[in-house]
Amino acid sequence: MEFKLPVESYPNRVFEVTIGPEGKSLKLGGENILPLHFFDEGSCPNPQKFALEVWDMEPTDWSDWDREPFKDVISDPVSWARKCENYGADAVCLKLVSTDPAVKDAPADEAAELTRKVAEAIERPLIVYASGDPEKDAKVLPKVAEACSGLNLLLGPVQRENYEAVGQAILAHGHALIAQTPLDINLLKELNVKLSKFFPLERIVVDPLSSALGYGFEYSFSLMERVKQAGIIFKDEMTQTPIIADLGTECWKTKQAKESKEQGLLWEGITALSLLQAGANILILRHPESLKLVKEMIS
Amino acid sequence: MILIGESIHIISRKVSKAIKERNPRVIQDLAMAQAEAGADYIDLNVGPARKDPEDLMNWIVNAVQEAVDLPLSIDTMNPIAMEAGLKLCKKRPLLNSASNKTESKQQMLPLAKKYGCDVVLSVFADYGMPADVDMRVSSILEAAEYANSLGIPNEDIWVDPIVLPISTAGEGQAHAKANLEFIQILPELLPGVKSTVGLSNISNGAPEELRPLLNRTFLVMLQRNGLYSAIADVLDKELVQLSKGEFPEIAQLIYRVMDGEEVDLSSLSKEERDYVKTAEVLAGKMLYSDAWLET
Repeated sequence: MEFKLPVESYPNRVFEVTIGPEGKSLKLGGENILPLHFFDEGSCPNPQKFALEVWDMEPTDWSDWDREPFKDVISDPVSWARKCENYGADAVCLKLVSTDPAVKDAPADEAAELTRKVAEAIERPLIVYASGDPEKDAKVLPKVAEACSGLNLLLGPVQRENYEAVGQAILAHGHALIAQTPLDINLLKELNVKLSKFFPLERIVVDPLSSALGYGFEYSFSLMERVKQAGIIFKDEMTQTPIIADLGTECWKTKQAKESKEQGLLWEGITALSLLQAGANILILRHPESLKLVKEMIS
Repeated sequence: MILIGESIHIISRKVSKAIKERNPRVIQDLAMAQAEAGADYIDLNVGPARKDPEDLMNWIVNAVQEAVDLPLSIDTMNPIAMEAGLKLCKKRPLLNSASNKTESKQQMLPLAKKYGCDVVLSVFADYGMPADVDMRVSSILEAAEYANSLGIPNEDIWVDPIVLPISTAGEGQAHAKANLEFIQILPELLPGVKSTVGLSNISNGAPEELRPLLNRTFLVMLQRNGLYSAIADVLDKELVQLSKGEFPEIAQLIYRVMDGEEVDLSSLSKEERDYVKTAEVLAGKMLYSDAWLET
């Protein structure tokens, strides 16, 4: 008897989200197959993308091998961002660490000004993560949105505590939004439901929080897997938004990555590859060498 | 549907204060209100009753029996308090509860035998909560076999599959589905047994104002699958009415969701739509979120 491989096809697609201004934009999502299931019927028109992170201040807790590739630009975010492009990143992710009240509590205006400079200096789309402090972000993110009006950033994290005010500002200035919820599919859906009342779902990317291998990674993996299944197989519109995995920071703060560069690269690389399989559409890495590793693996 | 009124519960601040002060009025009012609302049993949940278990149980059972004429469900994990309570009951009580945990089986089931009462027997096992239908099945078969070996007949056993909150990240909906299926197959597994659930736990953690909707809908679904009784909020009038078969049009809508039908929402009232959406979430057809009515 002839054996025939089963071929699945699903009725639903992940929303296609475009980020970046015209001429330098890229598309996320759009697939109607499960992650890397290229043997099934359907397509993945926009292969997974990779961004490298840039900090708005010189990091104080990075290992020498984290700093090494950027040591000449590490106190200049604009040059740092350009260097990320040279390393082959599809996008740049600017982290506004200094705005965190627990770090420098840098003012919103300063952050907005810097973000605009970085966005204008690069040839690829810019992703922006504010500090994650919901109260402070409610001041920072609207300013950033306004200063970069029309540049179509991917901007966040928008959380359940601040989604209304922040979401409105992001919408008014034509950006896409990162909706962040703490490792819980029910909360992820709820935030999308609330946002969808005034914000187009096809302009939202979700961040369910990524953990590093060995540090609760299984939770992130199965959560992303479930989001994709609910969206693609079970037609739940609220989980058809693409997924962003911000994993670099998590990986490089592990004991293993602090011990040696080689371990760090492998930690980041394997975590990234695994999250790709779980369903991440765009991944934020720290080290250009692990970026290279991952790109080689998937090509 | 036998309804066991859950309101006399140690977690309620009012109840715990009344117990501490030995103030019978509060407890008796709650018992009478539930009797009036249609309760068939009054549950007395006194918690672990570490301090003066016998004295506490004597006091509360007498206070409630003075006020109402209903049988009692004695709800404690403390075997000393349990025995004190069972001893005093004028009507055949319900021992609430024993489980498949070794300690619970060995301490509680002999009491059920000694006092010839009905007993709630849950699937909870030494390893904890059974994850799926099959694990619930093997756990309850074990527990029932033990009960039978003591001379407790299936007819006196009220099986409890353990209801968990629907809002529990990732797992809540799987448990709801498993319980619906378990209740349906139970008569084949253990002919003659009855069943019960701690209904309100399904809505634990959900927005307070939406809890009754989850409780009512889940009750209708479980009842259709053969549930015999529920420990529930009988002060929710609509819940009691639904359990008695009033509002058949609501029940029909819920059944249609259970049967996998895509119910057209456009022709329905807001209330009917909410029941349909809630049934979809409880049947695992739609992913739960606290905003499940808003999509």
